[in-house]
Amino acid sequence: MAVTEENLPSPRQERPIGFGRLKRKEDARFIRGQGTYLDDIRLPGMLHGALLRSPYAHARIVSIDTSEALALPGVAAVVTAKDLETLGLAWMPTISYDTQAVLAGDKVRFQGQEVAFVIAETEYIARDALGLIDVEYEPLDAVVDARRALHEDAPLIRDDKEGQVDNVASPTWEAGDQEATDRAFAEADVVVSRDMIYPRCHPAPLETCGMIADFNPETGQLDIYNGNQAPNVHRTVYAHVAGLAEHMIRIRCNDIGGGFGNKVPVYPGYVCAIAGSIVAGVPVKWIEDRTENLVSTGFARDYIMRGEMCAKDGRITGLRVDVIADHGAFDSTAQPTKFPAGFFHICCGSYDLQAAHVKVKAVYTNKAPGGVAYRCSFRITEAVYLVERMVNALALEMGADQIDLRMRSFIAPEQFPYETTTGWTFDSGNYAETMKVAMEIAGYDDLLREQADKRERGELMGIGVSFFTEGVGAGPRKHMDILGLSMNDGADLRVHPSGKAMVSISAQTQGQGHETTFAQIVAEELGLPPEDIEVRHGDTDRTPYGLGTYGSRSTPVSGAAVGVVSRKVRDRARLIAATMLETRPEDLAWEKGRWYVRGDPEQGAMIEEIARYAYSGEPMPEGMEGGLDAQVIYDPPNLTYPYGAYIAVVDIDPDTAQVTVRRFIAVDDCGVRINPMIVEGQIHGGLAEGIGIALMEVITFDAEGNCLNSSFMDYLIPTALEVPEFELGETVTPCPHHPLGAKGVGESPNVGSPPAIVNAVIDALHQTHGVTHVDMPCTPARVWAAMQGRPEPPQ
Amino acid sequence: MQVTLTINGREVSRDVEPRQLLVHFIRDTPGLTGTHWGCDTSNCGACVVLMDGTPIKSCTTLAAMCVGHEIATVESLEVDGELDPIQQGFHEMHALHCGFCTPGMLMTTRALLNENPRPTDQEIRTAISGAICRCTGYQNIVAAVRWAAEHEAAFQQEI
Repeated sequence: MAVTEENLPSPRQERPIGFGRLKRKEDARFIRGQGTYLDDIRLPGMLHGALLRSPYAHARIVSIDTSEALALPGVAAVVTAKDLETLGLAWMPTISYDTQAVLAGDKVRFQGQEVAFVIAETEYIARDALGLIDVEYEPLDAVVDARRALHEDAPLIRDDKEGQVDNVASPTWEAGDQEATDRAFAEADVVVSRDMIYPRCHPAPLETCGMIADFNPETGQLDIYNGNQAPNVHRTVYAHVAGLAEHMIRIRCNDIGGGFGNKVPVYPGYVCAIAGSIVAGVPVKWIEDRTENLVSTGFARDYIMRGEMCAKDGRITGLRVDVIADHGAFDSTAQPTKFPAGFFHICCGSYDLQAAHVKVKAVYTNKAPGGVAYRCSFRITEAVYLVERMVNALALEMGADQIDLRMRSFIAPEQFPYETTTGWTFDSGNYAETMKVAMEIAGYDDLLREQADKRERGELMGIGVSFFTEGVGAGPRKHMDILGLSMNDGADLRVHPSGKAMVSISAQTQGQGHETTFAQIVAEELGLPPEDIEVRHGDTDRTPYGLGTYGSRSTPVSGAAVGVVSRKVRDRARLIAATMLETRPEDLAWEKGRWYVRGDPEQGAMIEEIARYAYSGEPMPEGMEGGLDAQVIYDPPNLTYPYGAYIAVVDIDPDTAQVTVRRFIAVDDCGVRINPMIVEGQIHGGLAEGIGIALMEVITFDAEGNCLNSSFMDYLIPTALEVPEFELGETVTPCPHHPLGAKGVGESPNVGSPPAIVNAVIDALHQTHGVTHVDMPCTPARVWAAMQGRPEPPQ
Repeated sequence: MQVTLTINGREVSRDVEPRQLLVHFIRDTPGLTGTHWGCDTSNCGACVVLMDGTPIKSCTTLAAMCVGHEIATVESLEVDGELDPIQQGFHEMHALHCGFCTPGMLMTTRALLNENPRPTDQEIRTAISGAICRCTGYQNIVAAVRWAAEHEAAFQQEI
């Protein structure tokens, strides 16, 4: 069923059967402290693991002496790379076809790299034992700056890889048309360029990463408890690594204390826990501490970018981008195979460009591996930051208003579906309309007047705009896979004889409210109360195959699967209802929860009655088996393209250079909103993270590769005092190909907010201080330096 | 050393190492896993419990320091199947996503309302500024505390 204006749901209802502001089902356990996070699970006989990590960023390992640690009472085993080699587990595949050392044997390649794994009776003893392991290192020159990694004299980091002669992690990747772009620039009236860095930051979910592995030597069964965002993919990876059949491995995720992309990869600690359980023959629990989380697990961004943008006749016409991507010591970024730079080439933005060309070169450095999302769909965050900073740079150069230039350059509503210059097919949009709603909420003209008044008084106030388009919901199997696994999701729906239902999904919530939202989809499609629908997820033995939750793909892919499987059940119910009502299926019409006879609406059958009938001894339609259930694997025909208009208002203290986000207006168009309360909650959360990234959060290193932000004392996360009361708005442009008309939304606020804030900071300082660029995070020190005419890039 | 604490009105006694952290004592001995651990450095607030009614961070408090004190955890909020208004408020206003910070936030804001039954938004934000929520952006947490304050007042008027 195509979504049209007539059948748009009514999302403002309080207790809906279907879409609307339904309070969350999962809250009941969380508000009582009854969630089951990883550390809450205790298995009989369980031992505890701890990892010894490298103090050096780059060093040869001369020797490892574990004898003293082994002698400590309560220590069961100390595992090193040598032991793992005998199990064939010393190296593991990353999700980007690279390899990563599980425990370092030859040398360490980043500070915090895993060197030895202790298994002991308690976590306290395990950590005591770490101090008793004697490792002799021979320090080597460390490569911290990705630009230096490309120098001829830079030390070779990945000498473990055959044929690797430099620090280039993957061939230069290009998108767009270089010649056409050159032409656009040659014909342009105005050209601007900017060098900018999207610095390394970290998702830092409040619950760190960890695992309990429970290998049963009698049966060969491996039970895993591990909060991760893609349990089915992880199971396939472990099956390959351990040489076990998938059905001999069961992963249970239970409750996850936030993910934001940090819980996508497979980490060395996981393999250690599994190896530890195989060696010790008992369950082994390993949970990292906060420092381990920050220094070793999947960081985000770290893109060094040069952008050039041009305009002709007052409109944006061309974009040229050159990127050095810092992947750290191992390429463990998570991207679909054919997209080594992810979806970065969506940096053509929301504009009707004549041409664009993008080049990305990835390098190894002596820093933690990653490049995985931080609430970012495959590098779209970096792309949107680049293009939205460039638009403002261009507006400055042209003396144009930042909104006017965007309005003049937007893709027009009648141009959709729109083929971008870098190969995307945007599905639907009305950008100017959304921008106008944001201007209205902001009171844009009043803001400009207020700013002018304040300037006269020497006060620094900035207004920053960004307009983003994301491509989320990876993805069509003909284009997108991870490790050869198509990016599809399954759904399995069973309506029981009682009329209650259970839907099993392959998406994995880390707080997004799937137990509520997915029940609402079934409720909307079948007319059952959402409280009668159980959503099952997070257990590979009891859910269908699918690629999990990241890149805002839950609703676009898994949500579509649930919509389609519900319709399959509804179609089956129609056939059964026809038999029940002694009529033909084509004579029946559907209203929410009921098939009835066209022209005789009194004659009908509720879905609950049909379910009871389907399991009863009554005759089924010819050729049909009993029961009322269905399953699907959904292959999305395209990504969905949510978009939004964001306006940030900042004040800068002229004496301290402290930036305060006073107002933040976010108008998102993510198509149909299944549960607007949850959508708004997602936007709030992502905006807070965006403020953190723009103003506070950064992972930096000194020249020797020591991580300088290894705890929450110096990796600063916004508290309630740094974020304002957000002002949200919405427009609804349904996705034409999604069965529910929905688009993804989770990452939009994190994608769209940093450029709005940085644009606001520059807007505040340009006229008075001549500032044309400040790199993130806009800390007082960095903003102050920019105000003094000496802008500093992050390390 | 033998440590005896009162947790949620119940006396708990155990032989522990002097270095045992309160958060581990609470989670291990009575098995009250609602109190979480998140950062080691007193920054995140996932481990907040009340000691004699005052919020403290149990990840940087030794169990031995709490001898003779009354500890209250998130599990104490619901009484005889009745949710505390602050728990209800978090549910009503969608003030939690992943739920990991929630117990600490609940205890922190319970203590706030005990001290200050009608806090302003700024007072609420200041009270929770020692706790990190990575999911909600705090807006709905502030609204939840407001909800609880309003409903608590109404509830007390009825009595």
